[in-house]
Amino acid sequence: MIRLVPRTETPALLQVVTPVLAVLATMLAGGLLFAVMGYDPVAAIKTIFWDPLFGPAASYSRPQLLVKAAPLILIASGLAVGFRAGIWNIGAEGQYIIGAITGAAVALTAYPAAGMWIFPAMVIAGAAGGWAWGMIPALLRNWFGASEILVSLMLVYVAQRIAAWMAFGPMKNPEGFGFPGSRNLQQYPAAANPELIPGTGAHWGVVAAVLAVLATWFLMSRHIRGFHIRAAGAAPRAARFAGVKPETLVAFCLGLSGALAGMAGLFEVAGPAGQITDKVGVGYGFTAIIVAFLGRLHPVGILLAGLLLALTYIGGELAQLTMNLPAATVQVFQGMLLFFLLGFDLLTRYRIARRITA
Amino acid sequence: MIIDPIALFLLLLSASTPILFAALGELVVERAGVLNLGVEGMMITGALAGFAAAYHTGNPWLGFAAAALAGALIAMPFAVLTQFLLSNQVASGLALTLFGLGMAALFGKPVEGVKAPAMASGPLDLNWIVWLGLGMVPAIWWFLNRSRAGLILRGMGENHDAAHALGYDVRRVRIAAIAFGGAMAGIGGAFISIATVLQWTEGMTAGAGWIALAIVVFSNWTAPGVMAGAWLFGGVTVLQLRLQAAGVRVPVQLLSMAPYLATILVLVAISARQKFSRRAGSAAPGSLGQTFHALR
Amino acid sequence: MNRRQLIASVAALTTTSLAMPGWAQDGPLKVGFIYVGPVGDGGWTYQHDQGRLAVEEEFGDRVETTFIESVPEGADAERAITQLALAGNQLIFTTSFGFMDPTINVAAKFPDVKFEHATGYKRADNVATYDARFYEGRAVIGTIAGRMTKSNKIGYIGSFPIPEVIQGINSSFIHARKVNPDVEMRVVWAYSWFDPAKEADAAAALLAEGVDVILQHTDSTAPLAKAQEAGAIGFGQASDMAAFAPTPRVSSIIDNWAPYYIKRVGQVLDGTWTSEATWAGIGDGEVVIGDITDAVPAEVKAEAEALRDKIGAGEYHPFTGPLNKADGSVWLAEGEVASDEDLSSMNFYVEGITAEIPQ
Repeated sequence: MIRLVPRTETPALLQVVTPVLAVLATMLAGGLLFAVMGYDPVAAIKTIFWDPLFGPAASYSRPQLLVKAAPLILIASGLAVGFRAGIWNIGAEGQYIIGAITGAAVALTAYPAAGMWIFPAMVIAGAAGGWAWGMIPALLRNWFGASEILVSLMLVYVAQRIAAWMAFGPMKNPEGFGFPGSRNLQQYPAAANPELIPGTGAHWGVVAAVLAVLATWFLMSRHIRGFHIRAAGAAPRAARFAGVKPETLVAFCLGLSGALAGMAGLFEVAGPAGQITDKVGVGYGFTAIIVAFLGRLHPVGILLAGLLLALTYIGGELAQLTMNLPAATVQVFQGMLLFFLLGFDLLTRYRIARRITA
Repeated sequence: MIIDPIALFLLLLSASTPILFAALGELVVERAGVLNLGVEGMMITGALAGFAAAYHTGNPWLGFAAAALAGALIAMPFAVLTQFLLSNQVASGLALTLFGLGMAALFGKPVEGVKAPAMASGPLDLNWIVWLGLGMVPAIWWFLNRSRAGLILRGMGENHDAAHALGYDVRRVRIAAIAFGGAMAGIGGAFISIATVLQWTEGMTAGAGWIALAIVVFSNWTAPGVMAGAWLFGGVTVLQLRLQAAGVRVPVQLLSMAPYLATILVLVAISARQKFSRRAGSAAPGSLGQTFHALR
Repeated sequence: MNRRQLIASVAALTTTSLAMPGWAQDGPLKVGFIYVGPVGDGGWTYQHDQGRLAVEEEFGDRVETTFIESVPEGADAERAITQLALAGNQLIFTTSFGFMDPTINVAAKFPDVKFEHATGYKRADNVATYDARFYEGRAVIGTIAGRMTKSNKIGYIGSFPIPEVIQGINSSFIHARKVNPDVEMRVVWAYSWFDPAKEADAAAALLAEGVDVILQHTDSTAPLAKAQEAGAIGFGQASDMAAFAPTPRVSSIIDNWAPYYIKRVGQVLDGTWTSEATWAGIGDGEVVIGDITDAVPAEVKAEAEALRDKIGAGEYHPFTGPLNKADGSVWLAEGEVASDEDLSSMNFYVEGITAEIPQ
């Protein structure tokens, strides 16, 4: 009989080995799937994991990894702070959408003015929009005890409909021949978020993601608030006796993660995505929850997990392109990868002991 | 009155059936203390499996049975992850959605473009599955409130440690609940493919699973509440389409936001009542979404 | 290698190969497609993929086609199109309106790759646009609808209130009323191109309003399934939806991209491709009226086919005056024909449709 005993500390080796094991397990199971579907498993796995990094077009796809991973990392860093404290914001998708809308609103109002102030104002507006959307569940929890998990999730649906309303109504491009969608901000230099150095893929969102990783690392390991957050997550009652006000933490964590998600939305809409449409929310907010857990709620882990997920997206496209692998096969493969990563994570949190039965 | 209210209500009954099934299933899962965000993945799996079985056997009923089975099966990786491997339920549920959508798309290729066998309708010209869904409401109410098994299940949702201390097998009950939730979501999905569209197409559930999650919150975790929620969410869609058909201008996007705002209001009202009057309301199960790990 | 070098080298490759007249002998012409939905959607994307297969059929070893499916509009589209260009595709079809700006962006970086964007309005030296005159087909099925309705109410399920869909509503209404002056049109917007459950609800709402013929500009078969339940009729949309023939599906309006794709690939192969805006209809075989079943009386079928042939031969334009707008103002005088500019930005109903277009 075996049983699981929680670890007080995770050996550094396991931290590294478990994700590798999970990826290997996915390769085995996924390879089997590919073989059953009639595709060369080795070639498929190489295309997904190797080619985006070192394949023939890697000089293009490597920077694209950053573009795809940046919003995931930016959002997940904020979410992880709250998750550490036991505060469950699962509505980052909504905060992302609202941030994109409020940020774009600044640009569309200013259009066609030029000015150095426009882009910074958009970033602030995007962060403020996401923050405000995150504060709704925070306040409802603090005032009425409403579950932030559920309120934040409900607000995603509301945000999606606001986006559709904006794309068809107030924000519709007046020069767009009646088609839904706002002006393209890529074509409005004062508001655009282009590549900073051509060929690197790095736009302001990538910079912000790196800063977010550094800042949350500092917060969690060097700052008193980070200590409070960890204390509240590990032993809520003890933390309260130590003078940590739960209300403050709830507002801080939801506000922070909302602001980061809102910024991610703004950087996307001003950069790679370009415009507000009814499909402005493409799921980064939900995928970021997975990234936060795959990264074990640790800033560095999140950085790596975000890049890994971005790799499978881009590798999946390459597999479609070069091997005619259907998109669905790639999706199943990604689902498997997540299952394995989540499952193998057990080893880092618990150790397996033999139950002594009399 | 430009619209016949009775005819509208009959439309509503059909339209709300998929989300009613899925939400009733999720209700039982959440009452057991598990938050499964993979409803969409289980619904689409049921839609495919049900359609394929109905098509190949020519019997829609076998289709619904297959849908229930497939929905329960696809939920098993989630059950193993959350119950044995102690993974986070939110992340595992999202992974289940991705996995289910992918699997259904992959295995659906052979039945693209063919049509499901016809189904005889029941009283009032409504599909028998509509009636089955309505019948499930009191059945699940009875199970949760009057049966011993339901009492145990609810106890686990409130406080899994206490239930464990009393000697109940928390894991086994929760896995059963997750399987039931998968089966119900599967039937809901199959209603779309077998009874509504009569064909299989990729992505055909188009977000219904996410609506089901909202309905459970709206319901305040009761079976009659789920029915009311399904009617509200389905009703807003049916009503706005019906008004459009009658030539009335409706602000579609704003109207479709309303049920979600109503859900938040309900949630806040119930939470506030619980917080301020210390009444034993029946709001969210105490252990919802938390990982259970028996130390002994 | 930085991006500029990379692009330069790719560009050099493409120019050298294209400059040679006997280029086809160097290897197959690589043609790429990106799709907004899955190939299995049974509608819009499925029909584009049928066009791709027709290209393979036509040219055999001289071409090699690839596609990426289910590409979200926005940032992902730009990356997917770039990947297609980097993989050596010489001609790339981007098959959704939302791919417009990404296509233009990528085309600027690959001046020697040819791009074809469906349904958009932005062109460049290496970006052509193409679209189908669906309203021509709508005129034909509108005629059948006007003849077949007994309640004199026909329903139309619209996806989004954009010019293309509004053209279809107007065209089918004009021709339904031409053969049946008592006909009324009810319009329901689903705000989705594909959402079976909602399309079914929309059809049910129309049927409850007394409609007995349903036209749809959404991609699923759900409205046909509802029509079948209620004993009403409908038409296949995008694909033939033959599984629902002979009734409720009495005919269909099919997107047939094959002739255009074959023509354009052929032009690249023989070096005569130029950037242009193509808007083809029944005459070019791009819009096809599917088999009209026996559920339709022979004389109605003959009438519909005659109209189809007249439009196809260019003898008749579905938007020919006198036509007024819904607000009563004059749009086209007697004998006047609508200009393409008017059509491509159409945002009004014609006289007789009482509903308003949501703004």
